[in-house]
Amino acid sequence: MQSIEQTLAATRMFRNLTREQLAALARLGEEVEYADGSRLMIEGEPADWFFVIREGFVALQTDAPSGAITIETLHNGDSVGWSWLFEPYLTHFDARSRGATQAIRFDAATLRVRCAEDRELGYELMRSFASVIVERLQATRLQLLDVYGRATVS
Amino acid sequence: MTPRAHRVVSRRGETADTWTLALEPLPGEELPLFAPGQFGMLYAFGVGEIPISVSGASTALDPLRCTVRSVGSVSAALCATAPGDVVGLRGPFGSRWPLAEATAGDVVIVAGGLGLAPLRPAIHHVLAHRNEYGRVIVCYGGRSADELLFMSELEVWRGRFDLDIDVIVDIAGPDWHGKVGVVTKLVELAAFDPDRTFALLCGPEVMLRFGALTLRKRGVPVERCYISMERNMHCAIAQCGHCQFGPKFICREGPVQRYDEVEPWLKIGEL
Ligand SMILES: Cc1cc2nc3c(=O)[nH]c(=O)nc-3n(C[C@H](O)[C@H](O)[C@H](O)COP(=O)(O)OP(=O)(O)OC[C@H]3O[C@@H](n4cnc5c(N)ncnc54)[C@H](O)[C@@H]3O)c2cc1C
Repeated sequence: MQSIEQTLAATRMFRNLTREQLAALARLGEEVEYADGSRLMIEGEPADWFFVIREGFVALQTDAPSGAITIETLHNGDSVGWSWLFEPYLTHFDARSRGATQAIRFDAATLRVRCAEDRELGYELMRSFASVIVERLQATRLQLLDVYGRATVS
Repeated sequence: MTPRAHRVVSRRGETADTWTLALEPLPGEELPLFAPGQFGMLYAFGVGEIPISVSGASTALDPLRCTVRSVGSVSAALCATAPGDVVGLRGPFGSRWPLAEATAGDVVIVAGGLGLAPLRPAIHHVLAHRNEYGRVIVCYGGRSADELLFMSELEVWRGRFDLDIDVIVDIAGPDWHGKVGVVTKLVELAAFDPDRTFALLCGPEVMLRFGALTLRKRGVPVERCYISMERNMHCAIAQCGHCQFGPKFICREGPVQRYDEVEPWLKIGEL
């Protein structure tokens, strides 16, 4: 199995980090496994963690009267959670494992302190998360655009 | 070209408003040979005629099929036909998917909603000549699980070891256990070699644009991205100008076209 550092290095989001920064980040990560259906994050709860999926499939969900609605699914190499970056550090959606999921988990409080101490690392991490947030925003816009809409038949 | 009479041999509901008709020429009429990507003018007698791509290209394994979404008078009349009814068919018309050119490399098929219908014969062709191609990837997106076509066939394809197929929907309730998001995400996740990939895309135009953009970001040269353009048309013989798209007539140069050749006009609403 790849080391945590190798896994992080292979993700698109951390491609701009230097080897030293990747190593520093990797030291803060721990390997975790989730069984099918377990929750990595709970809507409204403190955002104490963020995750990078190593192998598996995580659904971001919210509850509706008809049952849980899945807003997006996340896959190998994707990060889960960015609420840990901004006050009040509260999670927006449930994140539920679909099937067995292996991930790397980071303790948010430690990481925030580390970013405050090492501004360069903090800046690169912010850039990494900003790129993910922009990608997800674009994807959400496409979903809103209803790209399969009826107006253009086919 | 006058329409040739065809009998509807079966009619299968795909979604709430979309039906697949299997057609067979009446005795004495020739079986028209459609290449993957081509379309026919399907005639509901007494109502009118519309262009419809073939979703089954009359091979030994598959009868001639058309998959029609009911959006107006003619398509509704076609969707309402019953087995035994007779419809008219002119064709084949139009260009085909570049399946000969794509041999030896990977093939990435990107479909949105009803767009899987014109790609289905291309998938059948690739599977029937599997040794001639590298990796074969099908990325299929729909608004919701209820709007996906050919569900039972999707399951069969998913069970094959020589085809990577993935499906994603925009909106998912508790019953959906697959991926959620836009089809471009599947293109991002797919494993293919961009230097030797041909991409075939069909779906609404917004999806085509973003699909092609994602393929370009993955390194697939734009000259190897082909789309099927299905804008409104009328005569199918480049006479009436209904389907003129920039300098091109979709009925003559299309519907399958190289993306870079039509890209400049794609952002302009009905030309
Ligand atoms: C090459 C080609 C292949 C096609 N293949 C298929 C297919 O496999 N299955 C299928 O269901 N449909 C297909 N279409 C679209 C189909 O031809 C139209 O839905 C049909 O002409 C509508 O006719 P109607 O009389 O039912 O509705 P109309 O009353 O003519 O139209 C109903 C509504 O749909 C709009 N509309 C009609 N045609 C189009 C179009 N091409 N693009 C965008 N909006 C349109 C009209 O503006 C109107 O708002 C294809 C079109 C082309 C050009």
